[in-house]
Amino acid sequence: MSILGTRVVRTEDPRLLTTGATYLEDLRLPELQGAAYATFVRSPMAHARITEIDVSAALAEPGVVAVLTARDLDDIPDRPAGAGAEPLLAGDVVRFAGEPVALVLTEEAYQGEDVAELVSVDYEELPVVVGVDQGLRDETLLFPGTDSNVVSTGGAEAFDDAAFADCEVVVERTIVNQRVAAAPLEVRATAAIWADDRMTLWVSTQNVHGVRDAVVDRLGLGKGAVRVIAPDVGGGFGAKIGADRETITVGWAARRTGRPVRWVETRNENMVGMSHGRAQVHTVTIGGSRDGRVSAYRLDIVQDCGAYIRLGTMLPNLTMLMASGVYDLPRVETAYRTVLTNTTPIAAYRGAGRPEATAAIERAMDLFAAEIGMDAAEVRRRNLVPPDKFPFTTKTGATYDTGEYAKALDTVLDAAGYEELRAEQRRRRERGDPRQLGIGVSTYVEITGGGPEAGETARLSVHTDGTVTVWTGSSPHGQGHATAWAMLVQDELGIPMDRITVRHGDTDVLTEGVGTFGSRSLQLGGTAVHNAAVEVKERARELAAEEMEADPADLVLDTENGTWTVRGVPGQGVAWAQLAERAGPDGLSADTKFATKQATFPFGAHVAVVEVDIETGVPRLVRHVTVDDAGPVVNPILAEGQRHGGIAQGAAQALYEEMAYDEYGNPVTATLMDYTFVTAAELPSFELVAMETPTSVNPLGVKGIGEAGTIGSTPAVQSAVVDALAHLGIRHIDMPATPERVWTAINEARTAQ
Amino acid sequence: MNVTITVNGEKTSHEVEDRTLLVHHLRDAVGLTATNIGCDTSTCGSCTVLLNGESVKSCTVLAAQVDGDEIQTLEGLTGEDGEMDAVQNAFQQKHALQCGFCTPGMVMAATSLLRENPDPTEDEIRMALKGNLCRCTGYHNIVQAILTAAEDAR
Ligand code: FES
Ligand code: FES
Repeated sequence: MSILGTRVVRTEDPRLLTTGATYLEDLRLPELQGAAYATFVRSPMAHARITEIDVSAALAEPGVVAVLTARDLDDIPDRPAGAGAEPLLAGDVVRFAGEPVALVLTEEAYQGEDVAELVSVDYEELPVVVGVDQGLRDETLLFPGTDSNVVSTGGAEAFDDAAFADCEVVVERTIVNQRVAAAPLEVRATAAIWADDRMTLWVSTQNVHGVRDAVVDRLGLGKGAVRVIAPDVGGGFGAKIGADRETITVGWAARRTGRPVRWVETRNENMVGMSHGRAQVHTVTIGGSRDGRVSAYRLDIVQDCGAYIRLGTMLPNLTMLMASGVYDLPRVETAYRTVLTNTTPIAAYRGAGRPEATAAIERAMDLFAAEIGMDAAEVRRRNLVPPDKFPFTTKTGATYDTGEYAKALDTVLDAAGYEELRAEQRRRRERGDPRQLGIGVSTYVEITGGGPEAGETARLSVHTDGTVTVWTGSSPHGQGHATAWAMLVQDELGIPMDRITVRHGDTDVLTEGVGTFGSRSLQLGGTAVHNAAVEVKERARELAAEEMEADPADLVLDTENGTWTVRGVPGQGVAWAQLAERAGPDGLSADTKFATKQATFPFGAHVAVVEVDIETGVPRLVRHVTVDDAGPVVNPILAEGQRHGGIAQGAAQALYEEMAYDEYGNPVTATLMDYTFVTAAELPSFELVAMETPTSVNPLGVKGIGEAGTIGSTPAVQSAVVDALAHLGIRHIDMPATPERVWTAINEARTAQ
Repeated sequence: MNVTITVNGEKTSHEVEDRTLLVHHLRDAVGLTATNIGCDTSTCGSCTVLLNGESVKSCTVLAAQVDGDEIQTLEGLTGEDGEMDAVQNAFQQKHALQCGFCTPGMVMAATSLLRENPDPTEDEIRMALKGNLCRCTGYHNIVQAILTAAEDAR
């Protein structure tokens, strides 16, 4: 029986559960002995001119190794200083609160903050741009010499109202997809040494190769001059993709001073220094007929970029691409503008551009349903892409590979007991229950895996003792690659998992690779491993044929016990160890790269059940039921784990989380006391329903599962809050649906009645 | 000052600065790095250890305050032979960890909860974990693991 699809517990766990993992801060390597500790001096202002930096008091402190500022960055290549270009350390101007201005190196970790306080920076305040509305006004420009804060636009140049001309009903609404923090439990961290003209960086990252390339590029080093190693990584969620300016600066400082340097930020720094996610404002327009058919949809996106361009110009393109969701819509118009503001730059966060697309269309569907007085699930059903239309190309140019959208919707409604929930809702409304019930339904499709650079590498070696090492370019941070990749190999080669070691996260060991993000690992990295196993198996077949003096075509591998025999000939057969021996000095190995331009399109449907306390406005998620279909599942416990985590993060965006700024550009949620990170106490257990629709894009038939939970849950939970109050005439409440917002909406609705 | 702390059953003695936090002391002087630091506001619980059997956030305790006391960390749960205890086991069986960063604190919080309340309900578990944040698991499997560990102990 195949091991694939079975609930194998993680082989990673015993180490993590007994001695703990080795995160960057846990490294006790001889190379890092005597390392100086790095502390960044960060701007307290959102927008200001730096008139002077006086480091003399700091330098006079005991234990100070160096105090470095932008002036010292004279040994790296110049960068074109265009609008949105991010420096390593701020030069003349700071553009967001928390921006690094100087780097202090000290002998002891505890000295760092004391010394950083002694670096005296004179700031001359500049007017501040907070929020996209202010940014679009262009009264204050973040980059003088430009004529606008808009750094990028795309999509339709002008919208055509004729698209809605024949609609019986048209609804338009501006909705906010708020700024949130990725907040991995392990903050950002880097250690660096410069020795023998080479830099070695240990980085808490999702993609060592991307970090290497960015550091090489920014510091003007030779391609072979940088090695990047990822120790265990304590979560990333998109925000640990690539090399942040702090990481590059720490590497540079190690070269500059000739000292090993290590840096671990504080949580407070993490909340302002690590890229934020989402931060889009949508104007949705949806039109159709009273029978529930939607004929036109328009999505106008304004992306808050933050102060510099990280991914702020890329994300809305993904949002536009996925704008029409699971629906077969005759007319779709999209456009975006990306606007600089004096806030932390925006980049990827679990879903990165796709949750925003789903949130917008799902909200629009709800608004349309409310306007025509039809059940929200029914309106969705009437507009889904039918199964016989795949592959389906949307009006925005995405070609969906496979999908069973109606089945997903019906399955989740059934599992949730939708009719009974509606009946309970009616009962509570009739008796004026102070705790009203809301039912939110969302359907979604997202894009994973494909793209021009898509691909992933693997190397597989069978050793002469019969054990296997797998190297993967896809460096995990909690996803369980070591277990899943070993399962793929066992399935193909019949070598038991406990004889298979999976290694990753070192650019010297596997010089090419991509990483773990965008729900890409299994479909690309897993396929690369699978293909390597297939290659090794074919080579082994030849070797076994030689050994047994038979025709390769007659050789059979018994995957139950990992031995090769000749068909129809009784006997012991040959084992993998023997074949590895026979393979000679090069061993029995394969190097593979799997790449495909074709993306996959996981999809699903969620039902959220929320209780809203009408007196206090407090919403509470009481049930969350999901169908998340990402094709065949290699290991259900891993896939479920991804879904659970995603649902929690998505629900948290709907109900709790927001990175907020005051009018001066001060972040007001920069600690975990203020940022309402969701806890166990606010969440229910989740109800997951399995569904597997394969794709033909890769030999495993799999799609990505990492972001699905987040994408589906946010709109379902938001919708459930609104639905609980629908009888009061409430049609929309922006996220996060805090008690204050909900209470205000209730109050306004009651006053209006 | 000199502090003597019994950590996982072994007596340790070190010179510490007055301001040294227990979590730093455990990690840097005692050399036990399972206990993690995830925040600076005593919110995340990554640093949870047992102090004389009760769970505390070791980032909110000074090393000097626990002179003469007993501390247990994740490393101290494992048996002589490397065997995991019931809670550790349940965490693996129920896939209650992904990146593992919250895990040492979570396991210690769970251990303390089960000592006080060997038969907790799901709601009680969720309330008890309020001070321990996890970004990866959505808490679902952590709750399941604690229910399982409680059941296994019966
Ligand atoms: S590090 Fe102690 S509570 Fe966060
Ligand atoms: S497992 Fe990653 S934070 Fe809990």
